[in-house]
Amino acid sequence: MSAFQIPKFRLPAFVATIGSRLPQWPHSLHMAAALNLVLKLKLLPEDTLTALEDKLFRVHVRDTGGIAHYTYRDGLFRPVFQPAREPDLAFAANLSAYLQLLTRQEDPDTLFFNRELEITGDTELGLIVKNMLDAIEFSQLRPRLPGLPLAGH
Amino acid sequence: MSSLPDLVCPAGSLPALKAAVDNGADTVYLGFKNDTNARNFAGLNFDAKTMAEGIRYAHGKGREVLMAINTFPQAGRVDHWRHAVDNAVDLGVDAIILADVGLLDYARNKHPQQRLHLSVQGSATSYEAINFCQREFDIRRAVLPRVLTLAQVENVIRNTTVEIEVFGFGSLCVMNEGRCWLSSYACGESPNTVGACSPAKYVKWDKQPGAMETRLNGILIDRFADDEPAGYPTLCKGRFDVQGETYYALEEPTSLNVLEILPEIIRIGVRAIKIEGRQRSPAYVTQVTRTLRAALDSLRDGAGRYQVKPGWQAELAKVSEGSQATLGAYNRPWR
Ligand code: SF4
Repeated sequence: MSAFQIPKFRLPAFVATIGSRLPQWPHSLHMAAALNLVLKLKLLPEDTLTALEDKLFRVHVRDTGGIAHYTYRDGLFRPVFQPAREPDLAFAANLSAYLQLLTRQEDPDTLFFNRELEITGDTELGLIVKNMLDAIEFSQLRPRLPGLPLAGH
Repeated sequence: MSSLPDLVCPAGSLPALKAAVDNGADTVYLGFKNDTNARNFAGLNFDAKTMAEGIRYAHGKGREVLMAINTFPQAGRVDHWRHAVDNAVDLGVDAIILADVGLLDYARNKHPQQRLHLSVQGSATSYEAINFCQREFDIRRAVLPRVLTLAQVENVIRNTTVEIEVFGFGSLCVMNEGRCWLSSYACGESPNTVGACSPAKYVKWDKQPGAMETRLNGILIDRFADDEPAGYPTLCKGRFDVQGETYYALEEPTSLNVLEILPEIIRIGVRAIKIEGRQRSPAYVTQVTRTLRAALDSLRDGAGRYQVKPGWQAELAKVSEGSQATLGAYNRPWR
């Protein structure tokens, strides 16, 4: 475990006010690109991916006001800029919770029990996504992403 | 002072397995990606490739691997479970954890050399039941259901030569392990039949203004205010209206935590301590394994100066269901 720990924090409320007025597409693009890299490295199990086909996901970063929608179609994650329907699965949490999740510092169930992570929509799909992210071997990804603050295990 | 019990840690994925090994597990337990194990959750568990790699990783570091095949064969599909047993033997696991007597019989006859453990789902709470399984199937270890007091566990150990494994940390299943049908009552499927309690496809988390409602196949099982900790969406942990009062009528959403009584557990001769949670992430496995390893190691030279460190409790409280911990049945005054 690296000594670097992401503390639990919450950005001041005005950040969300500003953030929600900014165009939402940059983080949608980033997220889709990151997921596609993971795909390209074949770090996601095939059988799980078929369950994601054509599903609409929403990721809401509460304290930045950022909202990103994306979908998985024909073997790629794609940002969706103007979703025409309610998402199949929606996540809402503060930035620090997402960072703690991504760096495997906290367990999604822990954040969920503590009400720091909200998951709504298709529960089974939520479980599939959670287990898929848990199964990614970051050790294989890290050399390709030198800039990401992935805590070592 | 007897030697330290093995620390048996859960692995629902390859990163979780590595986290367990790297943080001090003596043994990891895992399952196939199907209904032959009681954590048959979408996207969880090991396929052939990750399984082989996981076993190689653990064995390479001198740790043991146990395979859980702990659900009950369903009518017409018994071969499916038998294949799982054969497969586990081929993979070279150190032991197979079984619950069904028919399957125990199959495994013992087909693979006389294979080490077998009796699963908690086998629901053996008495030394008679355990000794029966030893006589008939030569089981080497039994995992005790979380329903016995410490004195009862000690009594079992005194009266059997089968190794005894107990739970040390994790979410609680109410008092009838291996015999609970609450999930089937609500949705027609239960751990014993499909390998999952309250399968996700029946669960709905409904966000309401100021609260979140949990429904299992349409049945309202709990409602959490925004600042209230949540628990797993199982019937046993729901809040129900009983004679005009709404409360956790069956069980509170808490986690078992034995840190306080660890010296006692060692003194009475428990062979292995199990951490629940194959459904949890590598982060959980890291935190819980690391904490119990530290606690066990501090007992290596005897229990004289054993003290539960506040840091250990804080780490475990954080990952607990409902953020609370309990000693469960171990110190229950009634039996
Ligand atoms: S309803 Fe509760 S006691 Fe029954 S199997 Fe599920 S978790 Fe265990």
